[in-house]
Amino acid sequence: MSRPHATNVVGSDQPGEHRGLPARSNTPRGNAGTLTPERAFQAICLLALLLPLLLLLVLIGQALAGGWDRLTWGFLTSYPSRFPEQAGILPALAGSACLMLLTAALAIPIGAGAAIYLEEYARPGRLTWFIEVNISNLAGVPSILYGLLGLELFVRALQMGRSLLAGAATLALLLLPMVIMVSREALRTVPQSTREACYALGADRWQTIRRVVLPMSLPGILTGIILSLARAIGETAPLITIGALTYVAFVPDSLHSPFTALPIQIFNWISRPQAGFHVNAAAGILVLLAIMLVFNSVAIGLRARFRRRLA
Amino acid sequence: MTDLLPHHDLRRRRAVSERVVAGLLLLCAVLSVATTAGIILVLSAETVGFFREVSFVQFFGDTEWTPLFAEKRFGIWALVCGTFLTSAIAVATALPLGVLAAIYLSEYAGDRIRHVLKPAVEVLAGIPTVIYGYFALVFVTPLLQAVVPGLAGFNALGAGIVMGIMILPIIASLSEDAIHAVPDSLREGAFALGGGRLATIRRVVLPTAFSGIGASVIIGISRAVGETMIVAIAAGQQPRFTFDPRVPIETMTAYIVQVSLGDTPAGTLEYRTLFAVGMTLFVFTMMLNTASHYLRHRVLKGATL
Amino acid sequence: MNRLMTWCLAALMLVNAAGCRRQDEAATTVRLDGSSTVFPISEAMAEEFQKANPGRRVIVGISGTGGGFKKFAAGETDISDASRPIKPSEVEMCAKNGIEYIELPVAYDGLAVLINPKNTWATHITVRELKRLWEPQAQGTITRWSQVRADWPDREIHLYGAGVDSGTYDYFTQAIVGQEHSSRGDFTSSEDDNVLVQGIAGDETALGFFGLAYYEENRDRLKLLPVDDENDENGKGPLAPELATVTDGTYQPLSRPIFIYINKASLERPEVEAFIRFYLANAPTLVKEVGYIPLPARAYLLAQERVDKRITGSLFGGKGSQVGVRIDQLLDQEQSQRR
Repeated sequence: MSRPHATNVVGSDQPGEHRGLPARSNTPRGNAGTLTPERAFQAICLLALLLPLLLLLVLIGQALAGGWDRLTWGFLTSYPSRFPEQAGILPALAGSACLMLLTAALAIPIGAGAAIYLEEYARPGRLTWFIEVNISNLAGVPSILYGLLGLELFVRALQMGRSLLAGAATLALLLLPMVIMVSREALRTVPQSTREACYALGADRWQTIRRVVLPMSLPGILTGIILSLARAIGETAPLITIGALTYVAFVPDSLHSPFTALPIQIFNWISRPQAGFHVNAAAGILVLLAIMLVFNSVAIGLRARFRRRLA
Repeated sequence: MTDLLPHHDLRRRRAVSERVVAGLLLLCAVLSVATTAGIILVLSAETVGFFREVSFVQFFGDTEWTPLFAEKRFGIWALVCGTFLTSAIAVATALPLGVLAAIYLSEYAGDRIRHVLKPAVEVLAGIPTVIYGYFALVFVTPLLQAVVPGLAGFNALGAGIVMGIMILPIIASLSEDAIHAVPDSLREGAFALGGGRLATIRRVVLPTAFSGIGASVIIGISRAVGETMIVAIAAGQQPRFTFDPRVPIETMTAYIVQVSLGDTPAGTLEYRTLFAVGMTLFVFTMMLNTASHYLRHRVLKGATL
Repeated sequence: MNRLMTWCLAALMLVNAAGCRRQDEAATTVRLDGSSTVFPISEAMAEEFQKANPGRRVIVGISGTGGGFKKFAAGETDISDASRPIKPSEVEMCAKNGIEYIELPVAYDGLAVLINPKNTWATHITVRELKRLWEPQAQGTITRWSQVRADWPDREIHLYGAGVDSGTYDYFTQAIVGQEHSSRGDFTSSEDDNVLVQGIAGDETALGFFGLAYYEENRDRLKLLPVDDENDENGKGPLAPELATVTDGTYQPLSRPIFIYINKASLERPEVEAFIRFYLANAPTLVKEVGYIPLPARAYLLAQERVDKRITGSLFGGKGSQVGVRIDQLLDQEQSQRR
């Protein structure tokens, strides 16, 4: 979510100058090279910024060191096993893939629909305000509570059992606030004048949306959805709560199939004390990170193309 | 689109379909309300059932949580304490680092540097928490064991620090927005009075941005309280009322995971404890979210301190 | 009418199609759940069975013996893994739901007491000391090693043990405390023994208990603590659980049989029948590989006979854990049941 940049000075790159403030060289009493409290503070701030980035690199390095060697074609196509060297993530990958497809199928129409309603149809008033407050509240609810909702509602009440469908429905609910917010932003990028032009030509609201607004904002909506899926693929807690199994040695083949997912398989391997399983966990982590990287790159690429098209 | 139907028929058809479509879309939007209602309903229903068997005094007046053992104790404070301890450590890690990082990004960094570093920090927020849990168990805890005497394999310290890294982008990003929102006129005034950048930051910028920073911290706390995987993997499964970060504890979220792994059948007391704890978690996060909302509202309205 | 509508239609169709496949799904998967102690055996069996019979599906959960029985009694699983015999309340639940079960002992476990390798002071422990450590009164009071035995150091003791849904827990409390399900509550409890292994391996002052297989898998990270039952007639001095001491019944009171319970109705399905046959045929090798003590070959033949003849009911009268049952006693009981 970007915020508007400071607009006063154009193009300058000097620290501080972007605010129309004196450049650092004019700071009173600063000899280049002496460690004034000012410089020390700036260094500390920079350190504070770099430290977590450094830790991120260490984390990735740890995963690489542990799991790189394990990343073979065999690993990607094998089933879990009690022997760490033979274990693989095929059912987990398949489970995650099916889960993502199903979740998208559920979340996109509902999320886009809600966003269209809020942006195009809703009039400012109690109901609209209430819905908006709800959406922003839901974004702050811990994901495990969605899992409890899914357990009671989808697994028990609607009798879906510990199936792909229950998992996808739970994740769809979890993603809904994010999909709605992103879709709304995408819809907002369509200028009002375009809509008015359509009305002037005699189209009604739905026709305008269907034929003009939606196609124009579709890349933006798609970008948002891909980013949401990138987040969903790493979600573990709600899936554990609805009962995604940890020992599943087959690829799910129907909506009612028990399933496992990539983060759950990683969790299972982390829980096992043998070193070999921790190696597998590291390899699984690398796969997960790679998938997320792909998702995020596609989304960013889409966004860039979208912006270029608008410009 | 053009038909050979007379005009008024065409218009009536469109009016009807327009309303149907609007209705369907409204339904989609209302689903969000339904979700909130669903969560509250589900939690409440089972919690009510829970309190039929367990008294309020047992729940709120005890510090031992052993609901499944022969000698049943239902003191929620054991779990709340675990959550509190890990969250406190997380905030203690993320707050100074986050605010300092925000200051750098806002006050010192040039546009180009900010364009690179800010998204880099936000990557931290996107890493799946199960990966952070792995990191905490496999790297951070052994590292800390070399430094901290008596650190158990499962402990609040390692998990807390890693959680801090996870929430740091939230605090940094929102604090940066708050600091950025401080009008330049205030800064210029301070400079005109002869203050250096450090003094300006300390005495003018930070106090002004206080509400915004406060809001970001509260959101960070809310995130830490609701965090599940890092603590489930690295903090332990022993509910106990302690402020010692070196021993295994259990958080509210980790308890829910522990019981869910066993997939308890509905209708048992064990099943209901899941929801009683979930309700407690919900209440806490709602209070925190509302508080941060209020603070951010004040920031948006331009109020200072 | 573009993508939005197509998405909606697709979603609707998917949801519809959902209804149809449900029946086939339940029918072909063999579902196991229950004890974490028995899990390594069942997991090995499931893996080898699926390798030998591609297309067959077996899933194994670890809800704990108690949790597994609850699902078994509700008809949700075909086979329940159990590290103790079935309890009266569980027998009742099965009867209520019309579930008939066939009980099969599949291995012997020497329940192990473990400490961290860096623990230099403890070389063995007596049953009496274990009782003092784990009984309900110990909660909050016995918190240091020196309180268990005077010449042990004055350091905090951190306890790790099976969770309350675990048969291991039931058996341990029965054998050590004297009453099933009765113990202190302030320890790290988990139905997943791997959590306990990790906990003890990372904590110098730890002590815990779980099935022998988990020690065998992690010998380099754990230290076994021999147990002395102070009964010289049955094996003198402290003894560690291993093939010899469990087979001849001297590792007491922590030697116990572990079981699988089969839903008689599920046996009508060919995949379940095939899986059980595979289980019993491969038990001698896989049980040993996993780290438990296999029963004599005769026992497995008798077990297969029970399956073939569909003999239901428990050898233990449905009374739950019984301490001190030796392998040969078990076999004799089985033998007598045949007639």
